[in-house]
Amino acid sequence: MKPDGADPGDFTAEGGHGAVPTAGVPAAKEGGPERREWPLYEVFVRSRRGLNHVHVGSLHAADDAMALRHGRDVYTRRNEGVSIWVVRSSAITASSPDEKNPFFDPSGDKVYRHPTFYAIPEDVPHL
Amino acid sequence: MSATTPGPAGSAYDGLLEHDADLTGDAAQWAFGTDFEDPLAGVDTAVPDGVEPAVLAAYCLMLGDDALVLSHRLSQWCSHAPDLEEDIALANTALDLLGQARLLLARAAAADPGVVPVLPAGSPVPPEDALAFFRDAEQFRHVRLVEVENGDFAHVVVRLLLAVTVRLAVLVRLEDSRDPVLAAIAAKGVKELTYQRDHAARWVVVLGQGTAESRRRLLGALDELWPLLPELLARHPGEVAAARAGVGVDPGDVAAEVDAVLDQVLAAGGLDRPAAAPWEGAGGRSGVHTADLASMLADMQSVARAHPLGRW
Repeated sequence: MKPDGADPGDFTAEGGHGAVPTAGVPAAKEGGPERREWPLYEVFVRSRRGLNHVHVGSLHAADDAMALRHGRDVYTRRNEGVSIWVVRSSAITASSPDEKNPFFDPSGDKVYRHPTFYAIPEDVPHL
Repeated sequence: MSATTPGPAGSAYDGLLEHDADLTGDAAQWAFGTDFEDPLAGVDTAVPDGVEPAVLAAYCLMLGDDALVLSHRLSQWCSHAPDLEEDIALANTALDLLGQARLLLARAAAADPGVVPVLPAGSPVPPEDALAFFRDAEQFRHVRLVEVENGDFAHVVVRLLLAVTVRLAVLVRLEDSRDPVLAAIAAKGVKELTYQRDHAARWVVVLGQGTAESRRRLLGALDELWPLLPELLARHPGEVAAARAGVGVDPGDVAAEVDAVLDQVLAAGGLDRPAAAPWEGAGGRSGVHTADLASMLADMQSVARAHPLGRW
């Protein structure tokens, strides 16, 4: 977890959790050669069969234009997409695992919020 | 979510999805990775009237060998690129070119089976593979630019820029070829090459405007590879004959366009046009190659040649 007051500038996708802050975490060995990483981007692809862009992963790129092209090269190789969005991971505000209980548990018992009490017409797609 | 069948009145969602109407059966259930196309679907494969099959085959070998050898040089970059994303980008380009090579070598073999090396009876090796893996260096017809040994990252982006800029200019014109197969291959290739040229050009600009080290390396690669460019634009008799027959493109006709594109990229990168003198000699289109090709082929062909009856 990040220490209080750390600069939330850098993010990484290691561990498969999506964007995770790395500020305050030692990232390189002391005294080694300087090797700055490109910033991290999150990639969203709209598939041929989908109406919305879906998060497919992340990548490193030097700027927005390169991120878009890297997204094309890494995530649309198998004919997946017709549109790509990329966004700097640092621009995403994410809910914290610490907030999971107050955020999401209260909706767990509100069965009346689900549309289970009326029939869905068969010709309405994409619900 | 299951695929839906709109009622006779139609749905508000009709037309929002690409190729919605074309998808039936299994294809409709996949969100990703369907709808693959055969670039030669429905194309007449007969050699057009009045075209000498040997001329067409020789021309297809030139274009096909350019793609095959450049593809192999790019594939040698696998796991060596500066980062994972760029590694995949180079591999994608290699696969695009390998696809073009396969179609072009198959076309050469179909037009004139005499160009295909003879393999032992019962060999299952298809003609395009026989051409790729069972010809010796002097039988290849690609330009020398695509065969010279790999260098650093600046080397690969400069080689790509030069090779792909010329190839794109040629294939755009080849879409009007009298040979419907070549026209279809060109139509597929133009989209791939447009992306590849953009990719290479962006890197040339980035390296040229980057650090002192990146600029130094880029200038080194330009000096090394620029002398090989004139060979791509020279009017070889094989290409001139194909152009005269209406099936090929005379590369001399694209020289002005290539110059303009390269000047634009060099200007954006703050780079001068290299002054190095062109390489002399007959060149790759006549089967005269460098020693680099022989060692590359020894590696590339060794497994296939050890098992001419093998199934892959």
